Amino acid sequence: MSSQPRASGYFRTDYAQDFALIGTRFKLVSVIVFLLALAIFPFVASPFQLDLATQVFLASIGSLSLMLLTGFAGQISLGHAGLIAAGAFTVGILVREINAPFWITLPAAALVGAALGIVFGLPSLRLRGLYLAVSTLALHFVVIYAGGEYETRRGFSTGIMIDPPTVAGFAITNGRVWYFILLAAVAATLLISINLLRTRTGRAWRAIRAHETVAEALGIGIAAYKLLAFVISSAITALAGALFAYYRGFVSVEAFSLFLTIQYVAMVIAGGMGSLAGALLGAGFVTLFPYGIERVLLLLPEAQRYASVLFAVNYAAFGLVMLLFLMFEPAGLVGIWRRMQNYFLHWPYKHRPVAASRP
Amino acid sequence: MQLVVNIAVLAAIYALLACGYVLIYRVSRVMNMAHGELSMLGAYLLFTTASLFAHHPLSAIAAALLLSVVVGVLVYTLLMRRMTGQMVLAAILTTVAIGILLRGMVVLIWSAAQQHPLQALELSNPSLELVGGARISVCAGLIVLATALVYGSLFAFLRFGRWGIRMRAAGQNALLAAQRGINLNAVYALAWSLSTFTGSLAGMLIALDSGLDQSMVVIGLKAFAPALVGGLDSFVGALCGALIVAAAEVFAIHYIDPLLSDVVPFLLLIAMLVVRPWGLFGTREELDRV
Repeated sequence: MSSQPRASGYFRTDYAQDFALIGTRFKLVSVIVFLLALAIFPFVASPFQLDLATQVFLASIGSLSLMLLTGFAGQISLGHAGLIAAGAFTVGILVREINAPFWITLPAAALVGAALGIVFGLPSLRLRGLYLAVSTLALHFVVIYAGGEYETRRGFSTGIMIDPPTVAGFAITNGRVWYFILLAAVAATLLISINLLRTRTGRAWRAIRAHETVAEALGIGIAAYKLLAFVISSAITALAGALFAYYRGFVSVEAFSLFLTIQYVAMVIAGGMGSLAGALLGAGFVTLFPYGIERVLLLLPEAQRYASVLFAVNYAAFGLVMLLFLMFEPAGLVGIWRRMQNYFLHWPYKHRPVAASRP
Repeated sequence: MQLVVNIAVLAAIYALLACGYVLIYRVSRVMNMAHGELSMLGAYLLFTTASLFAHHPLSAIAAALLLSVVVGVLVYTLLMRRMTGQMVLAAILTTVAIGILLRGMVVLIWSAAQQHPLQALELSNPSLELVGGARISVCAGLIVLATALVYGSLFAFLRFGRWGIRMRAAGQNALLAAQRGINLNAVYALAWSLSTFTGSLAGMLIALDSGLDQSMVVIGLKAFAPALVGGLDSFVGALCGALIVAAAEVFAIHYIDPLLSDVVPFLLLIAMLVVRPWGLFGTREELDRV
């Protein structure tokens, strides 16, 4: 991972330190404090805040998987909402048709996601850049059409209801329980991603992103690793969709519009390309953004006037913020964070020494 | 017979929208995901000018077209100009963001309800009877006519016009064109303004024919399929692609399932990408522009 020398003079002297997930005591303390805060949060938060937190967690799983694909393997995908829909619909269909329990539906959703990942990934073997974006976009519409077709054919035209999952006879409906389940899911996804990036696979992805021809010359199987990136990312995304379906208890194609795809891409951009922490920050930012806008609008005079056009204000503000990020802060929130870090690291100087200037 | 007329009208709509994609792609290799929103904006501009020039429908349309050209130039100079030399993904996402912004603004300014610029202009849209018992509305006929005119003048402009030749040169090799003293910024701005001009024209005529609401964005997105099927940098291709996609869509609606209408263009697009990614008439280029 990023191993910039710290101003404190922390240097890694053996391999065990290089492999360690948590390097210094300060990091250990901050991780523990952060986990404690996360554990206490559901007991002090209102149900609304709890729901927001779980939404952020769901988005985090999706944005982490998209970050693996776009930020690290360098493959553009505009079909993310289609994959989430695929996972959600797998759950919906299995629950409705054969009344399957969650320990069947979740692996099934992951399998469907992986299979779709191959389909989404196949164009990437021949196409790059713009053309890949278009082909994944087209597949998004095909998946959504298939879902809509199922809804109308089976008479669920308003959407599919899903019963909450049951463990040993107890239905999981409590918001706090969901909070911890999704927190665990995010943590698992994060750990898998971190470790994946430290293996041969992760290095191969970065090589492909940096320069495909050179990567091939180095003996990296481009086709296999590209497909692997799509398969892993899509499987995780479909799982996120499945969890979403269980959490909401309701699946409908309307929820998976093109706007959702754009939101996920925006998470990756706003967070910062090529950084897992960026994926988490971006997920939080994009998920909480509309609620922030609502708050601000309600502060204005004549608040009631805006209530009916709230979604339009959201759209406009979201587009504006996305534009601002693309124009002025392409490195995203992580870029801002790093700049702040560097400011204090180099203080009282303004610039880092030339010799150590690494990206 | 009615099927043929339906195909012709739909193909004209697609062709008129697709040439906007082709114009921008051919000159600057950027795919404009906001094209649907920009044409919708054009149609709403007509709705506004219609109330200003209540009894002069032609001057209302001319004013709206002029405004939409201004919008196109503004989009380029304020936003897309900064994206030159950036990653393709960043440029595409910028257009996506522009699209979202426009969608929100349009609802804020004109509300989400369906509007009828036709009534605002105090015109009527009678249905004409053609040979063979087929019917076509006047506005739909106007769309076909406008498409023919636009394509004819585009061909002439790119073939003989001074700026048309400059645009072709910039599209072939931007660096060499700049070396020869061609003002690239002006060329790009011209491409964007022409693109919004044709897009807005399409949007206005569709709105005159069948009312105006947010669903126009979907038509704009679907029109990307004909552009790609024909080849993203070819106007002949866009025409042929529009015919193919329109025919497939009309037949699918008529013989299989009306719900298919939103998917057929994208299915054709995927098929084309698998078989021949550069399209029917496009130049086969190294698809390496990440």
